Amino acid sequence: MIVRVLGVAAAAALVLLPLAGVPYTTTLLLPAFGYAIALLGLNLLFGGAGLLSFGHALFVALGGYTAAVLTGLGVRSLEIMLAAAAVIAASVALPIGILCVRYVKIYFGVLTLAFGMLFYSFLFKFYTLTGGDEGMRVIRPVLLGQPLAQLDKVAFLTGPFYYYALGVVIVAAFVMRRLVTSPFGLSLHCIRENPAKAESLGISVHRYRLAAFVVAAVFGAVGGVLLVVPTGLADPLLAYWTHSGNLVFMLLLGGFEHFLGPVLGAVVFILLQDAVMSLTAYWRFVFGAILAVVVLFFPRGLMGLLDPRRSPAS
Amino acid sequence: MRWALGAGLPTAGFFPVLLAAGLVLGVLGPPIERLLRPIYDRDESFQLLLTFALVLMFEDVIRFFWGTAPHQLGNVYLAYGTIRVGALSVPTYNLVVIASGAAIAGAMGWLLARTRFGRIVRATAENREMAEAMGVDMARVYTRVFTLGVVLGTVGGALVIPATAAVNEMGIDVIVEAFAVVVIGGLGSMRGAFAGALIVGVVKAVAIATWPEVEMLAVYVIVIGVLVLRPAGLFAKATA
Repeated sequence: MIVRVLGVAAAAALVLLPLAGVPYTTTLLLPAFGYAIALLGLNLLFGGAGLLSFGHALFVALGGYTAAVLTGLGVRSLEIMLAAAAVIAASVALPIGILCVRYVKIYFGVLTLAFGMLFYSFLFKFYTLTGGDEGMRVIRPVLLGQPLAQLDKVAFLTGPFYYYALGVVIVAAFVMRRLVTSPFGLSLHCIRENPAKAESLGISVHRYRLAAFVVAAVFGAVGGVLLVVPTGLADPLLAYWTHSGNLVFMLLLGGFEHFLGPVLGAVVFILLQDAVMSLTAYWRFVFGAILAVVVLFFPRGLMGLLDPRRSPAS
Repeated sequence: MRWALGAGLPTAGFFPVLLAAGLVLGVLGPPIERLLRPIYDRDESFQLLLTFALVLMFEDVIRFFWGTAPHQLGNVYLAYGTIRVGALSVPTYNLVVIASGAAIAGAMGWLLARTRFGRIVRATAENREMAEAMGVDMARVYTRVFTLGVVLGTVGGALVIPATAAVNEMGIDVIVEAFAVVVIGGLGSMRGAFAGALIVGVVKAVAIATWPEVEMLAVYVIVIGVLVLRPAGLFAKATA
């Protein structure tokens, strides 16, 4: 009940925020929207299938670079970018997933980490293709066929783009909600709890994990596209392992057992980062300490604190 | 993380001091181990996460004490001079590092294979409950092994500093490479770790000499290859 009231209040706050005349906070939230979508995908793997990926940043970067490459080719429509990122992510995730889903626990984590670092070194070293450490520019895209050229950058980001990104988050959350409550989601959950039993019930463990991996990658790439539009830059650090670590951090902070934990985690992480960074240059220390406390004492994250009784099933 | 710590000491003037600095930092081992203890029973993924948290924290601790500028010890590297081997001139310091690596590997092998402590460690790795039932104090074994790991990490970090420089981020880069090394060799295998380190080192050196773009790439290709073809690592059969 509390969660529902808070959720409605938070959603209303997010919708009304651009009207409050605080462009700084409004632009601050834009990366949180991108992260929220990527984390919804990551959580299908971790909360859903029990696989903790340390290479999810690969797909976020893939989305970001897809947007950058399309910009270079003269494509301006954000819808085309999102669709292309989703298709590319799915086709990259399929072969990687086939190799990764045979493993669980730490081996899955290390293997996904290695793939992420592989992509990072590609982006970092192949200067002529990817721009190396300078990254690639992403020019302001066209939303739903509206050029909106008359708006300056802040007005564009805090106005049309803010609502566009929020809309994509809502659609993504809705799709993910349908997925986790569908027979597919329930089967995944069964696999997480007891793979041997799931197998004996006729659920193809590998195939379901692979499907979850691909869906997670698509969400990651879609989030990645939304992430690079505000900054206008896709750089190799998007694929670096610490970025994957941060994604897992956000997920844990929000709470992986709750459906909306990833969204909460992304928003709180971004706001907290801004607050701590404005207080001290040693914000990494504070964040490391917070992560340690969450891992050691609050493995269920903020959602676990808000809603202690909620069963892991939803 | 520990490498960077060992690396951060700019006071060290010459080789023995570098080693001593590494050893002294061993005192950090027990408290960190104590912090990690509650999650031994949980999924290893959480241990990986907690390590990530510690990396974040140590990076800032180093930044706080030593600032962000790289620290160099150029004079130490040159003070050792060079040796001519045939037509090649090799910096003596490089040979010292190689000799230290071999000596430490030998000492570790002796420690694990020949001493009482080594037998207990191997027994613990093999079967924790059984070792505990035989009267082994698990908490103490863990503390000691972890501290030993810290010491080796810091000594290793200290050794590379004269040749390069102590940089803030070195811990972050090294930690993934260390993972790569251990995975290639096989988790829990000493010989494997040694072989993995050699493979990664040589591959990187060859790549830099022939095709610099693939330096990092090649390491991860090997990791993925090993994990896919021999998930238990190249030296899976070896114990301890």
